[in-house]
Amino acid sequence: MDPMEAIKQTYFQECDELLLAMEEGLIAMEDGVTDGEVINAVFRAVHSIKGGGGAFGFEILVGFAHIFETVLDHVRSGKLSPSGDAVKVLLRAGDKLSDHVAAARNGGGEVQDGDVKDELSMLCGESPDDAAPADMEGIVFTPIHVAIDDEPAALADSWKIRFAPRPALYAKANEPFLIVRELARLGTVEVCADLSAIPDLAAIEPDQAYLAWDIALRGCNDRAKIEEVFEFVADDCELDICEDASSAALEIVTLTPSPELQPAGPTPAESPPGEKKTAGASQAPAEAAAKQTIRVDLDKVDRLVNLVGELVITQAMLTQRVMECGQARSSTVGAGLNELEHLLRELQEGVMAIRTQPVKSVFQRMPRLARELAAQTNKQVHLVLEGEATEVDKTVIERLGEPLTHMIRNAIDHGLETPEAREAAGKSAEGTVTLRAEHRGGRIVIEVSDDGRGIDRARVRAKAVEKGLIAPSASLSDEEVDNLIFLPGFSTANQVSNISGRGVGLDVVRRNIVDLGGRIVIGSTAGKGSRFSLTLPLTLAVLDGMIVAVGDQTYVLPLSHIVESLLPKASDIRPLGSNGMLLNVRGGYVPLVSVGDLLGVEGALKDLSAGVVILVESEGVGRMALAFDAIVGQRQVVIKSFESNFRHIGGIAAATILGDGRVALILDIDGLVARCRDTAANHSNKLQQAIGA
Amino acid sequence: MAKTILTVDDSRTMRDMLKLALSDAGHIVIQADDGLHGVEALEGAGLVDVIITDINMPRMDGYGFIEHVRHRSLNRMTPILVLTTESEPAKKLRARDAGATGWIVKPFDPDKLLAAIRRVSP
Repeated sequence: MDPMEAIKQTYFQECDELLLAMEEGLIAMEDGVTDGEVINAVFRAVHSIKGGGGAFGFEILVGFAHIFETVLDHVRSGKLSPSGDAVKVLLRAGDKLSDHVAAARNGGGEVQDGDVKDELSMLCGESPDDAAPADMEGIVFTPIHVAIDDEPAALADSWKIRFAPRPALYAKANEPFLIVRELARLGTVEVCADLSAIPDLAAIEPDQAYLAWDIALRGCNDRAKIEEVFEFVADDCELDICEDASSAALEIVTLTPSPELQPAGPTPAESPPGEKKTAGASQAPAEAAAKQTIRVDLDKVDRLVNLVGELVITQAMLTQRVMECGQARSSTVGAGLNELEHLLRELQEGVMAIRTQPVKSVFQRMPRLARELAAQTNKQVHLVLEGEATEVDKTVIERLGEPLTHMIRNAIDHGLETPEAREAAGKSAEGTVTLRAEHRGGRIVIEVSDDGRGIDRARVRAKAVEKGLIAPSASLSDEEVDNLIFLPGFSTANQVSNISGRGVGLDVVRRNIVDLGGRIVIGSTAGKGSRFSLTLPLTLAVLDGMIVAVGDQTYVLPLSHIVESLLPKASDIRPLGSNGMLLNVRGGYVPLVSVGDLLGVEGALKDLSAGVVILVESEGVGRMALAFDAIVGQRQVVIKSFESNFRHIGGIAAATILGDGRVALILDIDGLVARCRDTAANHSNKLQQAIGA
Repeated sequence: MAKTILTVDDSRTMRDMLKLALSDAGHIVIQADDGLHGVEALEGAGLVDVIITDINMPRMDGYGFIEHVRHRSLNRMTPILVLTTESEPAKKLRARDAGATGWIVKPFDPDKLLAAIRRVSP
């Protein structure tokens, strides 16, 4: 990749981080924090976005960031008090800035600054029109080619320059020799050193300046160029640049710049007294110290995770072999193996932890969403975030954004009432939506709760009946009614809003969560609010599975899909059609499939009532009963991808290696169902052909 | 001549751009993320030829860093270029008071950057 393109990528990555930091700071300011370092951090974030943007020529972005930065600078210097209204403008400006960054990233696309830019201009005490010229800052001047040849233009091309450095020039590490060398690039230089100020050796102070130079420059007709050479030192020397009409020769020394030439300035051995300010004075508070981090290619981490997974399996195998050799657990070998197991577990946890990140990166996007929704729905919303530091696997985080966005939308759009309705119900006009994350029993639980009206069960029920999802006579518990909203087809489409009704129902949220190996549960109290709890695994690299046996094969079923396991009676199994079977589960019937038959395993039990049945739930077909020979146990398994090592196989999600070294396939419930249907379809086709013949 | 140059900037983008421009010109680049990190980097690196620093940084800003270099380090005579979008005279003046040798206005053009380095370092 082109290096500048790579840096541009880095810039956008950095923008994401800076925007988060900015948002975080602004939210703290909204909560009344006026700490200088918080304001500084926001300023720095906007400043860095502007700085990088300028380098890539994102002028619109830079223009907006500049005004924003000016306002923040006023806040920082105390000229502007970050009152409630001002912070609201800043928050909106922050949102706008993200839009600008996004527009720049996607290659253009106009962003309507709308009122925000004007409001910002008002804050910094400029009328909106005055703000425009400020955008001019940061324009790169085009260098003008200056011919250094022997054809002087009609303009003056001879100059007499008197250059007498003061001690401060040397203290700032400037060097007269280098300046003269620069002058020599502009034309022919003749330099005469003025040694008259040098005192007796005994009186020489090392940090004083005694030398001055008279320089005759020929062949340069641009005064600005000469001044530019002295740009860094102009305030620390006596400088006199004048046109030399006479071109009279001075007492001349021709200077040929050469590396051997020693720097002419005295070297201060000691800094001048009185200048000994402490560096700590301008040091920012140490509390803002960022954690030291490094960036690592995700592939490298994954390789490590895989290796450790293999190591754990090898260790389990080794232990088993040693036990088989008759070594007791208490023997020295056994003790060593115990220690190894212990260390490996720690190693595994440590490696897994590398992939984890705080959920903050997802949570941070929600306040903006809440603000925008509140504005669109005319509701007052207070979003509370808790447990942002809770860490979870990066992949889980990446796939959490969409469901969470949807649930926050749902909570604000459907959960919360209008301010009037809330006041009528005796609640505060401002509704509260809480987003909370915590670790619970090796999983992460994320709750979205609101203090709104709760689920209107009568309406949900009526709608489900109307859509034909349940029979009008069905008797359902409150919990079952609540869960109806997750059914595919239970759309919120008759809502007029364009917020929740985007054609994506809660069924999609649930499917996303289940795909991640998680579950979603609702609790709701009429008039008090609702609560959605998501329970997710901390990582996708391991899976909680039920180990089952069929014939001589061992399979793993993801625990998240299992509803219950049963020992069926022969009388509960009913045939359906030529090949199908149903299982009577407490009065209801579910399709029953023999996994042994479906996957063609040899030696599987023919009599299903002698084995076990596991009831699973899948998004595609709802409940379904799978018949196995026996349940071996439940354990965590390390997932080995099939696709990346072999190819996709319907009904099989992945593979794992069990403790005894055997490979077991992890079943994919949805895939199994699809396979099952194909088989059934084949059968009925054959049947029809047979009948037709 | 290859120079060893320390760049101090909290923005990764800016660090990368400096590194690209400076390495392309054959210089050796040491990077630091903020003033404090810059101080540490100098302790590790010993004498460097040029220091380029940002002003607005967390932990220790550019002013603090320059003062530290000028008064407490082996590099007290090392030229320091301030790299900042602030073209306001007040900021420049404050950086100069702290001991900055020169400045470069962001966004910089690699040629201007190299010219500024040439002006402060043999």
